[in-house]
Amino acid sequence: MKTVNGERSTVNGNSRLVVSILTLCVVASLRLSAQSIAITGGTIYPVSGPRIPNGTVVIQDGRIVAVGANVSVPAGATHVDATGKWITPGFIHANANAGLGVSGLGAFQEGGVQGEINPSFNPAEGIDPAAFAIPIVRTGGVTGGVLMPGGSFFPGQAPAVNFAGDRVEDMLVRRNAAMVLDLSENSKGAGGGSRAGTMARIRRLFDDALEYARRRADFHRAAIQPLSAPAKELEALLPMLRGEVPLAISANRRIDIENALRLKREYRLRVVLLNGVEAWQVAKEIAAAGVPVVLEPNRDIPSFDGLGARLDNATLLREGGVDVVIAQGDPGGERNLRYAAGNAVRNGMSWDDALRALTILPASTFGLGDYGTLEAGKVANVVIWSGDPFEFSAIAEKVYIKGREQPLRTRETELRDKYRALPPPP
Amino acid sequence: MTRWLSPAGLAVLVSACAGAGAQSSPAAPPAPAATPAAPVSTDTTSVDRPQYVSTYKRRTNPPVLIRNATVLTAAGQEIPNASVLFRDGKIVAVGANVTAPSDAMIVDGSGKFVTPGIIDTHSHLGVYAAPGTFGENDGNEATNPVTAEVWAEHSIWPQDPQIPLAIAGGVTVMQVLPGSANLIGGRSATVRLVPARTVQEMKFPGAPYGVKFACGENPKRVYQNRGPSTRMGNMAGYRAAFIQAEQYRQRWDKWLKDRKGDAPGRDLRSETLAGVLRGEISVQNHCYRADEMAQMLDLAKEFGFKIRSFHHGIEAYKIADLLAANGTAASIWSDWGGFKMEAFDPILENAALVTKAGARAVIHTDSPDGIQRMNQDMAKAYYAGVRAGITLTRDQAIKWITANPAWVLGLDAWTGTLETGKMADVVLWSGDPFSVYSKAEKVWNEGWLVFDRLDPTRQYKTDFNVGQTAPGVGR
Repeated sequence: MKTVNGERSTVNGNSRLVVSILTLCVVASLRLSAQSIAITGGTIYPVSGPRIPNGTVVIQDGRIVAVGANVSVPAGATHVDATGKWITPGFIHANANAGLGVSGLGAFQEGGVQGEINPSFNPAEGIDPAAFAIPIVRTGGVTGGVLMPGGSFFPGQAPAVNFAGDRVEDMLVRRNAAMVLDLSENSKGAGGGSRAGTMARIRRLFDDALEYARRRADFHRAAIQPLSAPAKELEALLPMLRGEVPLAISANRRIDIENALRLKREYRLRVVLLNGVEAWQVAKEIAAAGVPVVLEPNRDIPSFDGLGARLDNATLLREGGVDVVIAQGDPGGERNLRYAAGNAVRNGMSWDDALRALTILPASTFGLGDYGTLEAGKVANVVIWSGDPFEFSAIAEKVYIKGREQPLRTRETELRDKYRALPPPP
Repeated sequence: MTRWLSPAGLAVLVSACAGAGAQSSPAAPPAPAATPAAPVSTDTTSVDRPQYVSTYKRRTNPPVLIRNATVLTAAGQEIPNASVLFRDGKIVAVGANVTAPSDAMIVDGSGKFVTPGIIDTHSHLGVYAAPGTFGENDGNEATNPVTAEVWAEHSIWPQDPQIPLAIAGGVTVMQVLPGSANLIGGRSATVRLVPARTVQEMKFPGAPYGVKFACGENPKRVYQNRGPSTRMGNMAGYRAAFIQAEQYRQRWDKWLKDRKGDAPGRDLRSETLAGVLRGEISVQNHCYRADEMAQMLDLAKEFGFKIRSFHHGIEAYKIADLLAANGTAASIWSDWGGFKMEAFDPILENAALVTKAGARAVIHTDSPDGIQRMNQDMAKAYYAGVRAGITLTRDQAIKWITANPAWVLGLDAWTGTLETGKMADVVLWSGDPFSVYSKAEKVWNEGWLVFDRLDPTRQYKTDFNVGQTAPGVGR
């Protein structure tokens, strides 16, 4: 039976839906019981421990069941010879966009809504599992991502996904992996024109959400003064205010970063910094607060939102003890996440730290504990590379998501093959 | 072999052709300054006077010998354990057995690589300067679909803090273009990336002017209420402008022949386009789609000019044979795309397929970020081509960011390769420039060490950075 993952159902006819469901059930049970893969001979970078030359990774039922130098290959397992290859966990893009609309086309984006205060917005149901950007992202060894909403002061919630699956439900790993707040220059308008006004508005919003939580009954009897946002928005803030969900704060200027740390202290929040162009200036304070920073390592162009932009931001933050998560800025270029890591190394970060910045750290930062390392029990998101994954010379040869090998054919490779000879054959 | 213009000769070199401003033909290497300038007196008109001349001067520097490096010449060779010697701004020797003059600065290149200085055919540094406020937004004269009369050099701010960042990426020369709002956006400026107070101090002496064209979505979006609002409207706009320019050129050429009677009125818009018709100003055409590039090649045939390079030619691979037949280069990215409909079909093998078809591929940036890492975009495109089974050498790939852009800018007789007699635009890399980990370590611009990663005193900063938190260049 053909069960190549990622392909559309080929079942025809009126009973397509029913047949599809039946087929899915049958295939799923067959596949799950039989899907055992042993990758041998490669150098394994488990992230959770030192690299393992000539190691074996065994995958069963979508999970990693064994990793090591002296692991026996189970009988009946599909054997993949990875001699000379590098094996890493699938990379997790902490500032992802793929699936939220058609490529980078502005008018077709799904990652944000109008208005300023949108904590209840979650773009999950705007994700298109058939978006052609998704297979392209996979070719870069990116198996998962945190889809960051944007476009407003309080853009909403960020779902975490695997970049494989026919339905949103198949893709979702965590529906609300973070609440996003934009504290950059963009948000001055929301504060009436001053950063100080923005901070005052945030505090009032948080205070109102907490008061709403304490006095729901009064609120519904209208026995409470008007609150600064509709109830559904205040309600949506509560998991974050209880510390169950991190608040991902986009801030670049040093004073914005310090304001983010103030919010963390005052409301006892879990905070993640996004972008953090001048974060290197306050590395010690960020480290002391236990706040990870998600950044793009190549941002060095000064603006009044971050005059102190510099290429070794990631390096200086690491030296200050901050957990650094590496992101790729260009929404059309998420497959290039690995090169962002390579550039962080170019600018002084250690190779091991750069690998952690694409794997275990985005996983721990966004509550994705089943991902980010190659260890028994983890979800089998695994990539086999032809060489150093941060190098242009290397390629992701095999990409597994939840233990299933993913097709690496893309719209781009099909266009290439169509026009390889000119004029193209009819 | 190399024809050489002294800066002094160039400073007075003035076109006799109705102030077209092109100081040499882009189709051939610029000729020595043979035409004496008309004397400036009260009897002459603006047409006869020098226009916006370069005041760039090569710095006097001791000779430099780089030893024991891998040298990528962009002229067909990759030479291990080789030396490069340059003095007085010119390359004197490249090869295995080069002896150092006694006064030479010796640079140990062990484990390192040497390439020609990188050239970007498509930049907006200086016209869209950082910090990116309205105050520096000088790239698009979006007030008319045809603004051939504007010159990018009149917008370039030499204190753009992005310029030193590009130098740290190994870039020595760039073409600064107006933006792409207009069908014809204005003249480009080819400048050296050197510390300067004025754009005149950066202008590459003798470099021919280019003119920016933009096809497709941008003009029809910007002018949708007044027109053009369609691609056919775009084409009609080009044709109308060139019909005018054709008549203008005829009037001026006739008058210049005998100088009888009153000179025709001067019109800067038609003057630039007449320069295109005379082959003095090169056409630099922002154009994404294959079918649209073919339309523009037909437009060029209708009016008898050449398109030197398409820019952002995301679909160049679809018509690479056509580009080869027309002698038109494709300035492209390795993989950027998807941000609008006309950029919908990027493929990683674009540069490789264009090269395979015998056309000139150029990696360009259009980006203050990208210009800092052009070697990386080249490497990405190179490995993609090789993986797809396309025969490609590393030398061919290095040409994408050196020799080929030099040709697009009409500078190939002067720079773009490491050959004896060429200008000493030289980059020493910490490692293989095809690796993500490698950095430009030293950059010489016509023999002047304008950047040294190991020497903070050789990392200049523009005035904007003075007294503010300075951006670093990495370590």
